[in-house]
Amino acid sequence: MSDVVEKTLTALPSLLSLDSQPGAAKLSSTSKLGNLIRGITELTSKHEEEKLIQRELTSIKEQVSSPNTSMRQMKELMVRATYCEMLGYEASFSYIHAIKLAQQGTALEKRVGYLAVSLFLNEDHELLLLLVNTVLKDLQSTNLIEVCMALTVVSQMFPKDMIPAILPLVEEKLNHPKEIIRRKAVLALYKFYQIAPNQVQHIHNKFRKALCDKDPGVMTASLHIYLQMIKENPEGYKDLTASVVTILKQVVGGKLPMDFNYHSVPAPWLQIQLLRILSLLGKNDHSTSEIMYEVLDESLRRAEMNHNITYAILYECVKCIYTIHPKSELLEKAAKCIGNFVLSQKINLKYLGLKALTYVVQQDPRLALQHQMTIIECLDHPDLIIKRETLELLFRITNAQNVTVIVEKMLEFLRISKDDYTTTDLVGKVAELAEKYAPDNEWFIETMNTVFSVGGDVMQPDIPNSFLKLLSEGFDSVEEDRKLRQFAVDSYVSLLQGGPGKLPQRFLQVISWVLGEYSHLSEELDPATVLSLLSKLLDSKNTSSETKSWVLVAMTKLCEGRAGVSVAREVSETYSSSLDTALRQRAQELQHLSQDSELRARVLPRDASREPLEVDSSLSFLDGFVSEALAAGAAPYKPPHQRQEELAQEKALSLEPYGLSLPISMSSCSIGDRQSPTLLSVSSGLSGDSIELSHKGGSATLKLDGVKRVWGREGYLSKRESVEETAQVEVPSPLRSPSQQGEADKSHNQTPTPTPTPEPEQEKQQLASSLFVGLGSQSSVCLMGKSDLTNQRFRRKARCPGTSSGSSEITSNSIVSPPSMVDSLLYNNLLDSNITSELDLASPQSPPQLSQDLSTANGTCDVDLTDRDVTANNPSIIRDNGVVAAEDPDKPTDLCLSSHLPAELSGLSRSEITALCSHQSLHLSACHVQGDDSLALVVFILNSSDSDVQQMLLQLDSDQLEVSSVSESPVQEVRGDSVVVCQYSLTVKRPSVLVEVCGVMSFMCSVGTPQSVQFSYKLPLASFIRPLTVSTEEYGTMWLAFSHDTKQNLTLMREDRESLTATLNVLKNKLQLHVVEIIGMEGIVACRLLPDQPCLMHCRINAGTLAVWLRSPIPDLPDCLIYHCQRALQEH
Amino acid sequence: MIKAILIFNNHGKPRLSKFYEHYNEDTEQQIIRETFHLVSKRDENVCNFLEGGMLIGGSDYKLIYRHYATLYFVFCVDSSESELGILDLIQVFVETLDKCFENVCELDLIFHVDKVHNILAEMVMGGMVLETNMNEIITQVDAQNKMEKSETFIFQSTRQDR
Repeated sequence: MSDVVEKTLTALPSLLSLDSQPGAAKLSSTSKLGNLIRGITELTSKHEEEKLIQRELTSIKEQVSSPNTSMRQMKELMVRATYCEMLGYEASFSYIHAIKLAQQGTALEKRVGYLAVSLFLNEDHELLLLLVNTVLKDLQSTNLIEVCMALTVVSQMFPKDMIPAILPLVEEKLNHPKEIIRRKAVLALYKFYQIAPNQVQHIHNKFRKALCDKDPGVMTASLHIYLQMIKENPEGYKDLTASVVTILKQVVGGKLPMDFNYHSVPAPWLQIQLLRILSLLGKNDHSTSEIMYEVLDESLRRAEMNHNITYAILYECVKCIYTIHPKSELLEKAAKCIGNFVLSQKINLKYLGLKALTYVVQQDPRLALQHQMTIIECLDHPDLIIKRETLELLFRITNAQNVTVIVEKMLEFLRISKDDYTTTDLVGKVAELAEKYAPDNEWFIETMNTVFSVGGDVMQPDIPNSFLKLLSEGFDSVEEDRKLRQFAVDSYVSLLQGGPGKLPQRFLQVISWVLGEYSHLSEELDPATVLSLLSKLLDSKNTSSETKSWVLVAMTKLCEGRAGVSVAREVSETYSSSLDTALRQRAQELQHLSQDSELRARVLPRDASREPLEVDSSLSFLDGFVSEALAAGAAPYKPPHQRQEELAQEKALSLEPYGLSLPISMSSCSIGDRQSPTLLSVSSGLSGDSIELSHKGGSATLKLDGVKRVWGREGYLSKRESVEETAQVEVPSPLRSPSQQGEADKSHNQTPTPTPTPEPEQEKQQLASSLFVGLGSQSSVCLMGKSDLTNQRFRRKARCPGTSSGSSEITSNSIVSPPSMVDSLLYNNLLDSNITSELDLASPQSPPQLSQDLSTANGTCDVDLTDRDVTANNPSIIRDNGVVAAEDPDKPTDLCLSSHLPAELSGLSRSEITALCSHQSLHLSACHVQGDDSLALVVFILNSSDSDVQQMLLQLDSDQLEVSSVSESPVQEVRGDSVVVCQYSLTVKRPSVLVEVCGVMSFMCSVGTPQSVQFSYKLPLASFIRPLTVSTEEYGTMWLAFSHDTKQNLTLMREDRESLTATLNVLKNKLQLHVVEIIGMEGIVACRLLPDQPCLMHCRINAGTLAVWLRSPIPDLPDCLIYHCQRALQEH
Repeated sequence: MIKAILIFNNHGKPRLSKFYEHYNEDTEQQIIRETFHLVSKRDENVCNFLEGGMLIGGSDYKLIYRHYATLYFVFCVDSSESELGILDLIQVFVETLDKCFENVCELDLIFHVDKVHNILAEMVMGGMVLETNMNEIITQVDAQNKMEKSETFIFQSTRQDR
């Protein structure tokens, strides 16, 4: 340090003296910066610094805006401005000048300009658009350095919308003779891939070219892209495995030029990258893993322990070996490696060793056992990071036997940790372990108390939610439930009596809910005592208003008897004038319910959480309110799709950003939900009458889709136990005590044999035996499994799948209560499925309707077949179009008319024949027939009288359509009792959701007076859609060429992995789209509007919805098509 | 991906900050402060990895740092980077600085922050490691400096002409 200070002192004067030298423009400018810096270093307070910098900024501002400032001076000013920005002072006035500098300066000034831009701006900054032209120019420059600068700035940030403008130029650079340009171009493309993957889809083959580049540097750069793409979709790149293996083999074998060596290790960073790619490719894939065993073995062997960087390679190797399909030889070597890491004196390696152990311990618990003494030592390591990593490892090996020791260690750490992040993380883990392995009620409640008090307000909100859910749902035995709740109540009462001031708000909320719900379980507890404790909480200054409303709800449940009522009155008087509306509402509820005990018993029945809560999802209790509002002149509610439909028809502005709004009642409901986990909150949240809710009720099921338990036990357990069960079958060995087990494992054990050991050593060994109990050989895994089954207390009842973790909703689960003694999860699962099927039957929806659908579909086909007329390729299309028809078609007419269809149209799918109009005995009907490349409108004119109709003239016209007659000579007369068929071919001029043909037919009856009738025929745009077969590459080029687009989120058909395929298939079948390719979560679809107007669709699964992006050269086509997609999915 | 590269001195004064992901001005300052706070209280003989900043990326994010005399070099990375690999990359970076500035010290970083940025740009581009070979980095930087010199020369000669 001292020598640096010395250098500082000597450098400053010399810099200052340089200032006076004439002609040294560059140095004098630096010294201005020097002055500034010297000024700053001399300052003593933050305030002075602020003043100085502000002064500096003002002077910079003056100079940059002066017209006399040269580019050279500007460059220097920019450096100073970036310095100020780095210190956290805004210099936004200089942004535009930085862009100007990048634009106009010479190469050197340009560089500073680009640098300043990349430090000042971000991707979304509007000024960045001004840079696009500069980048464009520099990319075309012959000066390599300018090209490099442009590529660098592009990879740092570039406006997403402008990517198409420079993409071709960047692509071109992939063929540049200079490797550094190719390399930077690859990374720029990687950036594009990250921010707009669909825009670079068409250049995937160029990525491959980069991967095969003769320069290893370019190849290395391309691995960034591949790593990302393989991460997203490992299936798509399995063919690369062999190439990656070959590359790695060459690198490991030292085939690269010496330049790539780092401390005589060949291209270590490249090796790391390759190993990561291999582990992604080989995961869960035996045959692919097979290919890489050899090279992994070689990498392990070659990486001699001589430098830090070889450890990096080894670590990556080990991780890869444990990720891919296991091979015992390699696993053994990898385990040895991990051992070396853990035992190493170098602390970084120890850290990585622990990380590796944590990673592999679930597959191989023996490994942890081998290193148990090291792990114990790490627990007391002075480095907190090592300590925490150790706890993470212990968390992974926790079982019912060692849970108390491990949780104790974790809580110990929690008490000394000051870091919010660590606290949040560990608290969650403790809560999970406590819930999963708690040995008894007391321990569980006490541990959770510590969790709540230590975790305080930084812990995840689902910890208290899940705890309350556990309490309220109960377990298999009623007696156990009662004991647990009673213990919780007692413990909370004593906590409150001891002074609640220090307790965090979340804990107080939990306490008040439990007291409100279960304090009656404790016989010796007087409700008045609880009430007074609660009202003390209300008076406390530290209690937040959210907590206060929890307390008020609890009081509402408890205000019994005279004493209770008087307390309630007092409290509600205080809070009914509160400024907080939620509090005021609770106070009102308290006031009313405390006076009317009968009402209270109905609204807040004791043990309410056990009762099935019926939620009226149709909100029928609001009917009265709605009809009143309607009568008062309110606008009727329209569902979103209807609104969209109207919008599409009106061609109004796209209001997408504000598209989906919730009905008011729903949003107010959610506010209520958040407040308190009681029945009351639901009822009061809904704007309607609260009593009505509990009585009425249509369907008993709640919509719980999308609500997930974040760390629910069931999922975790089911995975574990299935493994354990198989283990049980394989090795039916008897239970062994931990000490015996230690004996048995001594062959693996590296710890010194317990000869007379010093005291602390013994302590450690004791700790070890308590920590690693139940780990180790196969048989002890089984032991762990068994004890798990018997010891786990808090096994949740069998429930319908999809129960939410939400606080207030509780689905009806009283249908089946499983025999309490049966502990097999399999059995529970069975019950689960029973429940689901029962529920399914109860709700008159899914399966029956499905079969009905099928039968109707079949029916249509049957009719068509027996009547030997048009066989419908696609019944759904027919039904689709049927919706459009103004009237229900007359079936018999349909049949007899359909036989008149022109021969060339039979066999194609067609709509039902719709009556258009009739005049006396003359009947007009029409249908449209979908050919592969055409759409024909067929008009049937039926004359049912004896007399002929003459001088007939049929004219069709349409705003949106081009109508041309197919028949050569127009029909002029219709004989009596006969049918004349006119055929027109239609193409779309202007897309619209529904297109309409208007027609006028004039004719002369036998009577002699001229007559005319008008009619119109509507057909959906979907009938003009045909598949467009393109390759992915063609799709890519087309995509960029099209200007009109629209984006929308659609609902997915299913929630599982195949949802994209399923949804796209529905669209494909219903709308005749062509699915070009499905890659992972994304799919591309192409279609054309007759005759040849393309429309491209890009679909992507995003947060449970299908994000669809349509592009087309035709203005309204994307909008109309999205509407039909929506309809198709809704009707499905 | 590398999310940010920070250099600050023992007193927490930032000497270089480069973010490869966008954060707003205040967050950036907060990240620098929080990182300094986390790093500065670490002893000398503990590991060079830190987890658990709340600001960048949460649990997926890691700080890898090295301490040289008066300066801390901190790389904020996500889980897709190798810890030891980055640790050596910092070493490469510092060695390169040392070569370019001939016995680098804190002052060089202060007065030539643009040059440091340029060196960094040759190593890490858009958050991705571009080059790890010191000689290659120096060649690139030298090529640019040559251009600088020739330009200065032209500039001076034109001035003399006037």
